[in-house]
Amino acid sequence: MAERAFSATRLPGFAMIAVAVFLVLYLPIFTLVIFSFNDANSVAIWGGFSLRWYQIAWANDAVKEAAVRSLIIATSAALIATTVATMAALGTTRRAAFKGQTLIYVIINQPLMVPEIVTAVALLIFFGFIKVTTGYQGLGYLIAAHSAFCVPFAYLPIRARLEGMDLSLETAAADLYATPWQTFRKVTLPILLPGIIAGAMLAFVISLDDVVITEFVKSGGQDTLPTYMLGQIRRAVTPDVNAISTALLVLTVLLLTAFFLLTRRRD
Amino acid sequence: MSKDVAVEVRNAVKAFGQGDSAVRALDDVSVDIRKGEFFTLLGPSGCGKTTLLRLIAGFETPSSGQILLDGKDITRDPPNRRPVNTVFQSYALFPHLTVAQNIGFGLEMQGRPKAEIAAVTANMLALVQLGPMAQRKTSQLSGGQQQRVALARALAPRPKVLLLDEPLSALDLKLRKEMQIELKRLQLETGITFIFVTHDQEEALTMSDRIGVMSAGRIRQIGTPRDIYTRPVNRFVASFIGESNFLSGAVETGGVRLSCGDLVEAAGTEGRSGKVTLAVRPEQVRLTRAGEPGALPATITDWVYFGTDTHCHLALSDGTEVVARLQSPATGDAGLEKGKAVALRFAPGAAQVLGD
Amino acid sequence: MPSNENRQRAASARTGWALSAPALLLLGFAASGPLLIVLVYSFLTPGDYGNVVWKFSLDGWRGILFTRDIFDGTLHLADANLTIFWRSVKLSLLTTAITFAVGFPTAWFIATRPAKSRALWLFLITIPFWTNLLIRTVAINEVIRNEGIINTLLIWTGLITEPLRIIYTDTAVLIGMAYVYLPLMVLPLFAAIDRFDMKLLEAGYDLYASRWQVLRRVILPIVKPGIVAGSILVFVPSLGAYVTPRVLGGGKNMMIGNFIELQFGAGRNWPLGAALSMTLLIIVTVALLFYVRAANRGSPHG
Repeated sequence: MAERAFSATRLPGFAMIAVAVFLVLYLPIFTLVIFSFNDANSVAIWGGFSLRWYQIAWANDAVKEAAVRSLIIATSAALIATTVATMAALGTTRRAAFKGQTLIYVIINQPLMVPEIVTAVALLIFFGFIKVTTGYQGLGYLIAAHSAFCVPFAYLPIRARLEGMDLSLETAAADLYATPWQTFRKVTLPILLPGIIAGAMLAFVISLDDVVITEFVKSGGQDTLPTYMLGQIRRAVTPDVNAISTALLVLTVLLLTAFFLLTRRRD
Repeated sequence: MSKDVAVEVRNAVKAFGQGDSAVRALDDVSVDIRKGEFFTLLGPSGCGKTTLLRLIAGFETPSSGQILLDGKDITRDPPNRRPVNTVFQSYALFPHLTVAQNIGFGLEMQGRPKAEIAAVTANMLALVQLGPMAQRKTSQLSGGQQQRVALARALAPRPKVLLLDEPLSALDLKLRKEMQIELKRLQLETGITFIFVTHDQEEALTMSDRIGVMSAGRIRQIGTPRDIYTRPVNRFVASFIGESNFLSGAVETGGVRLSCGDLVEAAGTEGRSGKVTLAVRPEQVRLTRAGEPGALPATITDWVYFGTDTHCHLALSDGTEVVARLQSPATGDAGLEKGKAVALRFAPGAAQVLGD
Repeated sequence: MPSNENRQRAASARTGWALSAPALLLLGFAASGPLLIVLVYSFLTPGDYGNVVWKFSLDGWRGILFTRDIFDGTLHLADANLTIFWRSVKLSLLTTAITFAVGFPTAWFIATRPAKSRALWLFLITIPFWTNLLIRTVAINEVIRNEGIINTLLIWTGLITEPLRIIYTDTAVLIGMAYVYLPLMVLPLFAAIDRFDMKLLEAGYDLYASRWQVLRRVILPIVKPGIVAGSILVFVPSLGAYVTPRVLGGGKNMMIGNFIELQFGAGRNWPLGAALSMTLLIIVTVALLFYVRAANRGSPHG
């Protein structure tokens, strides 16, 4: 110990715990990915490499439909949430604090604070009421619910980008005869774009991952991939669940890597 | 080794990085710092002065070499076992503690009794004139007050040596002057050895008993402020501390033959021969009438008025540029005119031969 | 011109509201608004086949803690409900404690890496954070199941002959929740440690503090807002957890979230489910208010 060079930031044992944490965090995920390529029927004994669980999953119409539904909902929700979040971010930053601004923050960030199960129950009651009254049973309910809880995830990166933006750029544009709309189109929006894309990607990922709210809001035959998986697990864990999980995981990691690179370049 | 040495640094080397890309922040530095003295490490940023201070504090371990405190090898001791305290450049005051708690922190960590901690803290608060601020959080203090807390905190455990890492750099000019006097007073009152790091030559000259001038990881000269200023050993020291005229010439009997052909008296010619560089401070250059015997003929090329004095730029007969700093006269412009032929001479003993 | 300035301010506020309106409408329709309906439903009478009858009743709220004896109509403490509440609170607190115990060293480790690799380590913590909670629950399930990796390995090596029964116990739920919520603890801790002035460590050691003293007397008090934030971020979703206890706890080891669902399914007691939801919401709100107060106290000078 005495021979070791002094370092003020080193705390004994911390690095070891941290490395163990990373291992424990990733080992189950890696196991899941590896066993999705397992030829055996077991999810614990290795029987050689195979893509058969992917084929089985893909041959299953229920899985295919759930995948398409998940993508439709996630794309719509990301688009809607990002649009309203961009507007809200423009409305709540870079102007003198106004009365009710805190209320707007609270409402926008509400999905981050209220337990999902509570929102899920609320939507079950409310949308159930509308379903009975109007007779409409379509995907609109899921899209509306997903759009709503994705708003804060889109709002936060856009707002961060706006707050880091130099106000004098817009003043300069106005000075150079740009109308407010031209200023927005030619100056604000292009600078804001990485934040908007980042926000949209997070919203997409969040929508794609949702289980609880979807489970409560969906009408019969409206399973998304996660709720389909939840139903499957209830019976028995089969390797095709691993295959679906791996596919979702890869999609998430790709989007997050893009998000990471996108937000890093601005620094 | 002598009894009155507080800190002895022996052949300290500190390299950062490894292999070919390693940078030597300290390159074989040896220095003795005496008990009770105010010793300043002076140099430009990146010269290794802060690294040397951190080696003494224990925040870094030397790649090779030794640090001795009172003759005891402390090279490998962690900072919490060295009776040495630091005043940090950023003060590093604990934001969650009050002024009094900050000052008492070191004593508390040493496990001293509560009554002693309270008494020493009170003394320290009085010493730095912050009695009424005892219960404030440090973020509620001004920069100068934070500086005093940092000082009191480092002095409270009565360290054998106090290390000060550019402690005045964050203060404005007026406060800095006040704190310079304050620091000197505290050092005299406590009798503790101070090792002070700065890049500010004026700070170093006015406060120190001795100065070690550093550049590129080495100590270039150690001496009293007067030694350093009047007898710089090389071009770096002569130009980093104050301003200097540099004149090239060759050693001859009776002085140095300048490139313009004139012979001048110079200190430091012993043991030297051949080409040398002479340094002369601008305020030691005197102007006289042209043709004065023994003076160097020169032409005024420009002059700049600075208030208390006027800087006169001159060209010797071979074009070598010399600056003379003249006291401004009460009235008139002292007859300085561009293009006027004059002569100059150096004050006795002012010309110094530099080493390489 | 103050009046002109006032007019400009009012216009700016109007624009602010107008731009925020679509988001507020969306959230009002599909998130905040329906919460009020839940409140109303908690005061109604359950219908025979689910849903409600529009008749005022406090039975929903009473049902949280009491059951009515079907013979003499007297009220008794509902032991089953209390067990579920106690399990939820206990498991949530334990989850918070475990994630802090391992999350703090992890956050410290990340924050003290050189700037270049730090972003990568942080990214490695973020990936699980954004990865489907169900997938992660499935992943941990496959590790601890009777036929899972751990048991298969232990039996294969001959250390045990019978599988360790972890799955469908409280321990399984605890392991699962600690696993899925760990990133929620690490990220705010990292943010707090990242803001921490590392020079204070040198100051601490310079003033004779040992490593333990530096940790306890300097680091922990200063990063306290991050500790509070991480604890709330883990505690709140743990308390409302639904997926993890459902997958790992089986049918019996319910938490509040599953108990709420039960009322809207087989239990056919919507008012009780609504009252339970409101209770959960109140607990979470109190926890969040506590957090806001602690966070404000942590940085009184901005």
